[in-house]
Amino acid sequence: MSNQLEPLADPGLPHHVHRKADTDPKAEKRAERQVSILFLLSTAGTLLFIYSFIWIPTDLFVFLPLFGNINAHNLGIGAGLGFALFFIGAGAVHWAKTLMPDEEVIAQRHEMRSSDEDRASFVATVKAEAGKVQLGRRSMIKRSLGLALGLVGLSPIILLRDLGPLPEQRLLKTTWDTGVRIVTDPGNRPIRPEDLEVGAIAHVLPQIDDPEHRKLSDIAKDAAILIRVRPAELKLSEERMSWTHEGIIAFSKICSHMGCPVALYEQQTKHLLCPCHQSTFDVPTGAKVIFGPAARPLPQLAITVDGEGYLVAAAPFNEPVGPSFWERNI
Amino acid sequence: MSLFRWLTGKRRHRAMAPALLVVGLFLIGGIYSIAAPPNNATASNARSALIEEGKNIFLRGCSSCHGLNAEGGSIAPSLIGVGAASVDFQVATGRMPMGDMSVQAMRKKPVYNAQEIAALAAYVASLAPGPAIPTEEQLDYERDGNVAEGGELFRTNCAMCHNAAAQGGALTAGKYAPTLMGVEPVHIYEAMITGPQAMPVFGDRAITPEEKLSIIKWVKSVESEGNFAGASLGKVGPVTEGLVAWVVGIGALIAIAVWLATKAR
Repeated sequence: MSNQLEPLADPGLPHHVHRKADTDPKAEKRAERQVSILFLLSTAGTLLFIYSFIWIPTDLFVFLPLFGNINAHNLGIGAGLGFALFFIGAGAVHWAKTLMPDEEVIAQRHEMRSSDEDRASFVATVKAEAGKVQLGRRSMIKRSLGLALGLVGLSPIILLRDLGPLPEQRLLKTTWDTGVRIVTDPGNRPIRPEDLEVGAIAHVLPQIDDPEHRKLSDIAKDAAILIRVRPAELKLSEERMSWTHEGIIAFSKICSHMGCPVALYEQQTKHLLCPCHQSTFDVPTGAKVIFGPAARPLPQLAITVDGEGYLVAAAPFNEPVGPSFWERNI
Repeated sequence: MSLFRWLTGKRRHRAMAPALLVVGLFLIGGIYSIAAPPNNATASNARSALIEEGKNIFLRGCSSCHGLNAEGGSIAPSLIGVGAASVDFQVATGRMPMGDMSVQAMRKKPVYNAQEIAALAAYVASLAPGPAIPTEEQLDYERDGNVAEGGELFRTNCAMCHNAAAQGGALTAGKYAPTLMGVEPVHIYEAMITGPQAMPVFGDRAITPEEKLSIIKWVKSVESEGNFAGASLGKVGPVTEGLVAWVVGIGALIAIAVWLATKAR
């Protein structure tokens, strides 16, 4: 047995097999026809695109099985342009595959490095030209250019300012405060306890002076829900019980996981679900998390009624609403 | 005068007392039928007949689960105080009687006809007051609804369960919020005021009747509007879109790649 391993012999290129179109003139004609048909299909696509854009009314709908009622104008534009581009490509590919020369060609690779003479002459040119612009003598230009380039480099750092300012108290506080009336969202109507049947849910916001111009950034924190159950069904501590009113319990609608609106309420199971990550909160036990990634119960809002019998917040939220953030302490 | 004398002569006849009784009864009945307001009497008679008919249907079709007096049982809730609207919703959409005791009652072909449903509703409404079936006049959403307001209300109150395009969506443990496409306006209204199954109640004071009509008008506008941007893929968002992109889109790309790499013969 020899220790010498014989290198595999170079197998060379496989024997070239000619295509039908290379040998049979009939097949060649057929391939030519096929390529032209593909290109003509592309032309038809473009014509469909132009026709749809100009003549099909924008409010015309056609029924297609599987697709339903589709806007004919958009369908014509999209399908036309799609066909136009696709069939140009298909025609080109078919042309290349059937008719263009397919003989194997060997192309030698060359060294990437430039020749020594080229490199030497490049260096000489640069040096000569640099001397001609007299950069060494015009120091004022040199310095001002240096300053300009340096300052340009500073601008991305200035942009970092947009990462701030720090949110201060804005993540910790909402519009809810003692005595703020609870109003419907949308509608901004104050709510009385008798407006909610057992099994009802209401999506609410705090009453403000100018509800037409409520800030989205405020809604994102203030959104809350009222749910009415039978008072006996609530399993809360005495303190939390005093935050409810005749079986009406209020929670922040902002999920304590990622801040989605938690508003899928199953009346029979009394579960609140978050649509984003399926966190499930149990209403009777104070929105305790019973499933999903949320780490904390939904903050409960203490509610009561005011002198005119409308539901109001008895106190602000006792903890920040919504997801965790760096400065959140509790 | 001779008739009176003849009657006086026969006053001790043994047939006289029964005859007088019969005459007296007819007299009282006749006077009553003239004196009493006849319309009321027939209406309430028709009503009690309807309730009676409803009770009969209930005893045959519903009482095995809901109890002989609709008091509910271990497998079905009490129907006392659920109102006519609840009965109309559950029975006219075919949800009740339940075909199988799976996670939730499904919409199917109704078992009872309109007359029988009206009778059942009248019977259940007679047990205790509850939400009534809204009338045609109350349901004129084309006149009283505002489609933009309806969309806003829908997105806040309904979209999280029923999907932003009212196509329905999943809840927990196999339950689901059904699609609202093809649902009668009266049933949408009744579902809001009664809160069937997992759905909460949206009473007329929390969402006013006009707002309810706006919601219905919006749902109907979604139902009738075509797709502006090609196939809707069920309007359920990224799930079907992703499925189509991966299966149809990438499948087509693979097919094209295979074709590109195949040598022509």
